[in-house]
Amino acid sequence: MALFRGFIEFARGLGFQVGLFLQVIARFPHIPKRRAFISSQLYGAGNKVLHVVLLVSFVMGMVLSLQTGLVLADYGQQDKVGIVVAVTMAREMGPFTTAIILAATVGSALAAELGTMAVSEELSALEVISVDKVSFLVMPRVLAMILMAPVLTIFADTMGIVGGGFVAQSQLGVGSQLYYDSALESLQGLGGLLAVPKDVYGGLMKSMVFGAVISIISCAEGLRARGGALGVGNATRTAVRDSIIAIIIVNYFITWFLYQK
Amino acid sequence: MNVCKAFGSKVVLSGLTLDVKRGETLVLMGPSGTGKSVTLRHVIGLLRQDSGDVWVEGHDMSLIKPLELFELRKRMGYLFQEGALINWMSVADNVALPLMENSSLSRSEMEDRVREKLKLVHLDGVWDEMPGEISGGMKKRVGLARALITEPELILYDEPNAGLDPEISQSINELIREVADTLKITSMVITHMVSCVRTVADRVVLLEGGKVIVDAPPQEFLNHEHPRLRRFLGKDPD
Repeated sequence: MALFRGFIEFARGLGFQVGLFLQVIARFPHIPKRRAFISSQLYGAGNKVLHVVLLVSFVMGMVLSLQTGLVLADYGQQDKVGIVVAVTMAREMGPFTTAIILAATVGSALAAELGTMAVSEELSALEVISVDKVSFLVMPRVLAMILMAPVLTIFADTMGIVGGGFVAQSQLGVGSQLYYDSALESLQGLGGLLAVPKDVYGGLMKSMVFGAVISIISCAEGLRARGGALGVGNATRTAVRDSIIAIIIVNYFITWFLYQK
Repeated sequence: MNVCKAFGSKVVLSGLTLDVKRGETLVLMGPSGTGKSVTLRHVIGLLRQDSGDVWVEGHDMSLIKPLELFELRKRMGYLFQEGALINWMSVADNVALPLMENSSLSRSEMEDRVREKLKLVHLDGVWDEMPGEISGGMKKRVGLARALITEPELILYDEPNAGLDPEISQSINELIREVADTLKITSMVITHMVSCVRTVADRVVLLEGGKVIVDAPPQEFLNHEHPRLRRFLGKDPD
């Protein structure tokens, strides 16, 4: 019975998120009217987490370079470490790391902000003064995340490759010229949907989808918050948890779509 | 008419029948949990009844379409208990919000209108302050200015004097009366204060168990011998 209730609650939540996403798309014509708020959300989503993305992705690149470099060294292939780091960062680690950071920082803040508005009757106030909540509150936040996630991912990819290069040179004995030449060459491969390097656009496409997923889930949980501070806490926790689960599941399907033979 | 509403197993309205005439100020009194706020939320369409009919300005609220409700609400104002100001917008932007969203007024026309309404609620010096920087009473008055900004035909006040000092409370009462008289607005006011009844009411009802048990003009209401009303008002009202 509890399992059935859990399933019903999950289906209800998913239905609300899908409905909210469709409503957001329908509000895209309101973008010119909301441009000031969208700008402030872009600033919030970007500026406040950029240093975290730079630091985490730099260290991720170092770890990746060290782990793969040591294995490659066993086969005398450590000069290939630049390829491994660059491709892994562009395809997976850059978008994924950025998405996890965004879910934990911006996503939790979105859920808490909207949740607080819900429990303090601010959302009801918007409703009674005939303000479209989706256009006013949700669409700018979702759009800002969709736009900012790939920008942050470019920084994450770059810092990861730089971090990997630092380890390759200092601990694996791979020269920086060789490392960066092989790293950049590995990202030149065209193919698929667009006439730009596939690993780059694939990663950026992923990060746009992750941005949309995180913001929709976080906004939906915030809007559904009930019951004071406890409700806001629950909404925030659920938003971060569900965002991370959704990112992992969506990641598999996008990877399958882009790289299936 | 005959409105019923329950939240889970808790029945809040159990056959409430109530009408408000155009231009009238109706005061709702009653112990906490008897459905006063729930009644107002049905009038503005924030809640739907389980059974019975709610009619507002010729609209059946259980059948009203979202767009019609959107338009109807532009003709209504609602003062929430805590003001319900948007916490990341300044006082002036909060008051101007209904106009920014739903009118074609120029920026300067909006500013004039905001200044006029803030003056009406005795907050002429307050403009750029954020809701977190002003007192509870000021928040309530800003909420009232926002409710009045579109010059509505019907205003719903949910405990406009709760938590206010007697002086501010009386000024809010006088403001509600003044607004009702000068703008010929229909008003529904929830209060626990007899001073509010004396100042603003054209008619007063006492709710108990989700039903009206006393319905009378203010003076008659205050002298009414109904035992529940006598117990509710106590020996020393206010």
